[in-house]
Amino acid sequence: MSSKLRNFFIDNAVVILFVVLIAIAIPVSGLPGTFLMQEILTRLGRNTFLVIALLLPIMAGMGLNFGMVLGAMAGQLGLIFITDWNIVGIPGLLLAMIISLPISVFLGWLCGSIMNLAKGREMVTGFILAFFMNGLYMMVVLYAMGSIIPIMNPELLLSRGYGIRNVVGLDGVRQSLDTLIPLKIAGLNIPAFSFLIIAAVSYFIIWFRKTKIGQDMRAAGQDRAVSGAAGIPVEQTRILAIIISTVLAGIGQIIFLQNLGTINTTSSHEQIGMFSIAALLIGGASVTKASIPNVIVGVILFHLLFLVSPMAGKNLIGSGMLGEYFRQFVSYGVIALALVLYEWKRVTQENDSRATLRGGGAPAAKEAKGGAA
Amino acid sequence: MDSMKRFVADFGLPRIIITLYLFALFFAAPFVGVNLPASISDTMIRIGMNGIMVLALVPMIQSGCGLNFGLSLGVIAGLLGATISIEMGFVGAWGFGAAILISQVFGAVFGYGYGKLLNRVKGGEMMIATYVGFSSVMIMSIAWLILPFKDPTMIWGYGGTGLRTTISVEGFWRHILDDFLVIQIGENFKFPTGAILVFAAMSFLIWVFFHLKIGTAITAVGSNPTYARASGINIDRMRIVSVMMSTMLGALGIIVFQQSFGFIQLYEGPLYMAFPAVAAILIGGAGVNKATLTNVFIGAALYQGILTMTPSIFNAVLKVDMSDVIRIIVSNGMILYALTRKTKVAK
Repeated sequence: MSSKLRNFFIDNAVVILFVVLIAIAIPVSGLPGTFLMQEILTRLGRNTFLVIALLLPIMAGMGLNFGMVLGAMAGQLGLIFITDWNIVGIPGLLLAMIISLPISVFLGWLCGSIMNLAKGREMVTGFILAFFMNGLYMMVVLYAMGSIIPIMNPELLLSRGYGIRNVVGLDGVRQSLDTLIPLKIAGLNIPAFSFLIIAAVSYFIIWFRKTKIGQDMRAAGQDRAVSGAAGIPVEQTRILAIIISTVLAGIGQIIFLQNLGTINTTSSHEQIGMFSIAALLIGGASVTKASIPNVIVGVILFHLLFLVSPMAGKNLIGSGMLGEYFRQFVSYGVIALALVLYEWKRVTQENDSRATLRGGGAPAAKEAKGGAA
Repeated sequence: MDSMKRFVADFGLPRIIITLYLFALFFAAPFVGVNLPASISDTMIRIGMNGIMVLALVPMIQSGCGLNFGLSLGVIAGLLGATISIEMGFVGAWGFGAAILISQVFGAVFGYGYGKLLNRVKGGEMMIATYVGFSSVMIMSIAWLILPFKDPTMIWGYGGTGLRTTISVEGFWRHILDDFLVIQIGENFKFPTGAILVFAAMSFLIWVFFHLKIGTAITAVGSNPTYARASGINIDRMRIVSVMMSTMLGALGIIVFQQSFGFIQLYEGPLYMAFPAVAAILIGGAGVNKATLTNVFIGAALYQGILTMTPSIFNAVLKVDMSDVIRIIVSNGMILYALTRKTKVAK
């Protein structure tokens, strides 16, 4: 029983750490409970879909998909167009998703193909690809829109006559998903329809895992060589995982922005990858394993920390920036930690297997371990 | 035709395009009314500012640790050196020397720990380096808020806590290298002799180092670890040496940068400082696992040339400032190109 308890603590070390951290920070921040409850409900509706977009590439053995930012860009392009055409409410959001779809598929295909060229380095490649695509996105949004791509509404454009303004208001579609089914329990507004969409996509992910393609994907994630020999088209399967992830990220970004109600044209998408990945990892996921519960727990914990740390910092040393820096440190740090744990485990396993190849003698095994530790 | 094809394959298509682009910019400059001497002078100053940061990447690439996206750790060491030197009240050459000395101590300590960590994650260094760099920048941001610095030029005035976001080094050691033996021709042309000399001297030292026994051992670890192990080289130790060198050079590099730029940038300033250096060395022809000093020189010159020339030419011709977007596409495109290639190096 006690070893079972110990294993539980080891397996969930990250989650427990953050629960403790937040348990300390909430009283220090002095924020009221109902405020926190309301914010968490809102943020669950806003962010969960985006985090779910990360699940399939993890299953396909491609690690954390830093390239999901590409999908977010596609989603934003869709939203900019429907704002220009002044299509409001649910039809507007649907149309934005439909516009984003081909762009997401194309970008996902591109991203997957490039990652296939850099096997074993998918994460850093996706990370840099996101920066690179950001350059092209800015080219389109700041220079091509209004000059080559027609934009009808002059209010969307910068005063120089072309290029989209820094902030695009989404008044027409603002929170139209969240309030489609108005639900109020104990004074708390619940974005019921967003939750339904999240439930549907969760169900899709669980169903997809059980299909033939889903099983192939999992096999490709565990061992590329063996799966290839077994007749699984490994490269196409990997591309498919990234395409689905990018499409989901595009839709997720639209859901995210309809809740916020404004787009920061040049920056809304930039941090989405980092925040989503950090949330997933705080929820107890790793580079090779992630589940729907990890997503939900992660979003709740990450955003609680997000909410309370600025106030906690202010009350501790009188500077709101302290909490802000701390929050960013946690986001970056938890990603660093997860990557270190993953690579460390891999290196140790490699050394152990090399030691057995060498004849498996006790001194050889010891030496290899010494080299790793 | 065949030799042409081989040249393209060796040198790499993106690199050829970038070189041609830069030549086109320089060629167009006089026709669109851009002051060429001033542009060349700016390029020189920028090469002096950034050269050592590019150089700092060489040891880790050579030892097989990949592109050091965690160079911000070295930058942090440099910031600590600069701020502590100012706090201690040193000015002029003494201040500059003290800043470098202190930064090297921090650089050595950070580099040792960072190297130890990277030894445990062989093969996954680059992504981890990036996020270790990012999280250290954030930890230091908290530290800048609460460290007990007292010098009035560095701390916020009334009502603020901690150090300022940018600290001017004017009155301490601004332009100390740039103005050393400076060659001034006319009003627009200035050659930053001191900074270029320091860059050249450091490059020479690195060249010597990689021809010594230890330097050769580091190269062996990077190009063929199995062979290196068989020759009795302590792989982990060589890697730590290379990481420490990279971090210490990064610390020196940022101080040289600051004396020319005139400001110390704290808090989130160092966050993305590794990326331009990485892009520069890759443009110069380095691969993820191999870099030479020629790569450093060509890369620094091409990259800084593009950064200087693009905005002035585009402003003159199109009245549009697209330089930021072009910079993002060129630098990240180059990194992406290097990541997706096998370990081949351009000549």
